[in-house]
Amino acid sequence: MTDDLQQLYRSHFGQLVASLTRLTGDLALAEDSIQDAFVKATDRWADGETPAHALAWLRTTARNGAIDHMRRTASLSKRLPEVAYMEEVTRTQTNAGTAAHDDASHLDDDMLRLIFTCCHPALHIEARVALCLNTVCGLRTEEIARAFIVTDSTMSQRLWRAKRKIRDAGIHYKVPQNHELADRLDAVLAAIYLIFNEGWLASGGSIGQRVSLAEEALRLGRLLTSLMPEDSESHALLALMLIQHSRRDARFDATGQLVLLRNQNRSLWDQGNIHEGLQLVRAVFHAGQGNGRYALMAAIACVHASAASANTTDWNEIATLYEHLMQLDPSAVVALNYAVAIGERDGPDAGLAHVNQLAESATMQRYYLFHSTEAEFLRRLGETDKARAAYSRALELVDNNVEREFLTRQLQSLPQ
Amino acid sequence: MQYALLIHESEAHWDSMSEAEQSEIMAGYGSFSQHLAESGQILGGERLQPSDTATTVRVRDGKVALTDGPFTETKEQLGGFFLIEAQDLDEATAIAAKIPTATYGCVEVRPIWLMGD
Repeated sequence: MTDDLQQLYRSHFGQLVASLTRLTGDLALAEDSIQDAFVKATDRWADGETPAHALAWLRTTARNGAIDHMRRTASLSKRLPEVAYMEEVTRTQTNAGTAAHDDASHLDDDMLRLIFTCCHPALHIEARVALCLNTVCGLRTEEIARAFIVTDSTMSQRLWRAKRKIRDAGIHYKVPQNHELADRLDAVLAAIYLIFNEGWLASGGSIGQRVSLAEEALRLGRLLTSLMPEDSESHALLALMLIQHSRRDARFDATGQLVLLRNQNRSLWDQGNIHEGLQLVRAVFHAGQGNGRYALMAAIACVHASAASANTTDWNEIATLYEHLMQLDPSAVVALNYAVAIGERDGPDAGLAHVNQLAESATMQRYYLFHSTEAEFLRRLGETDKARAAYSRALELVDNNVEREFLTRQLQSLPQ
Repeated sequence: MQYALLIHESEAHWDSMSEAEQSEIMAGYGSFSQHLAESGQILGGERLQPSDTATTVRVRDGKVALTDGPFTETKEQLGGFFLIEAQDLDEATAIAAKIPTATYGCVEVRPIWLMGD
């Protein structure tokens, strides 16, 4: 593929699939037809025949390919009305001289349908994430596999299975109705945030040729806020990601090792990201929408971003925000972050007392972050032996390399 | 008396069969159901799509939770079934969530294999 085409693929693949899926009602067929169109374009471009309107050419070629496919397949009789409709659309647009007209008016709806279909809650979260990257962001299977450190065949199996479920289980290509919208949006936001977090955790050390998942998540976040400008949680998620993303250059030292928030060089934080994030959060809170899950997380990120140093952080505000967040999301990670905020506000013994209250839960016992949080408080209290035991337990449970290295260093830095 | 005959098999085993072997079994189903239809003993029956098209529905604290995939716990047993007509998976899972048992057990929603597809 030429650079031009490569760029078109990354910027417009999702849009092209979204429009063609509306016409065909078949996501897999739409994707295959768009991909074929890009292959044909590669040949044509190589022959020196670059059409004036590349995007319109791709759209028309893909649509004709899809019509041909539908004519050929055994299920044609069932689909005759669709084929007739598509032929009609193609004819009208050819007469009008442009294929862009029809799609411009439908584009936003089409993209929303595509996102909601790829993020349907009946699909496993891993499948949602893979589909979003593959179909909405135009990433290739191999690129997604590399980003998630799985084999190409595992990833292509995951995508194939998800697409089969969409087709065979009757997941329709539509924007959910009002009464289902809140739950369905949660599934979309969760997928986008998981893409961001995956990029966040994996970004240490050997990034190599891997695509930036954080950048893809930001792109999806921006897309969603432009498609659903009235949804405050989408804005809050974008703000949260922007503020976390602002710390990307400060999170690792020169040797690629993780640097904790409180030890980061704050002059490396991207003030442009922070400014944009703060503006978004302010707008959300001004609109009286500050009680959502992502709004609270974004507000916590804002408190950190606004502090000139770790010591001047408003831990009281952070603890209060976590207390609200606990009501909405009583998960292990929120409970532990709440304990950390208490420890910073009231001292390590208060933090440790809070962690000890959580110790009975079996989920906590299996969670590395529980043990590393406990270890950190014990270390500060000078309980070296107990801290060593807790770090060791955390190391047995952690599955991320960057965090493993960090915990190993913490363990080694304990006085003998 | 009426009875439900619940058919279990290993999907991997089915997938590993040759086309000829699969056709032989399908032909067997054909003559089985024809035989039962002639004796007036068949009340209904469908082939299901593979288990990885399944969605499991639970309602806890009034909130509907969907899980991708079939029901796999061994602590609970099959207690009944409904065959329903729904527009799409969203409508099917919404109906499933209204089944009383969904609030303490779960309901697996599995698409029917439409013959001729």
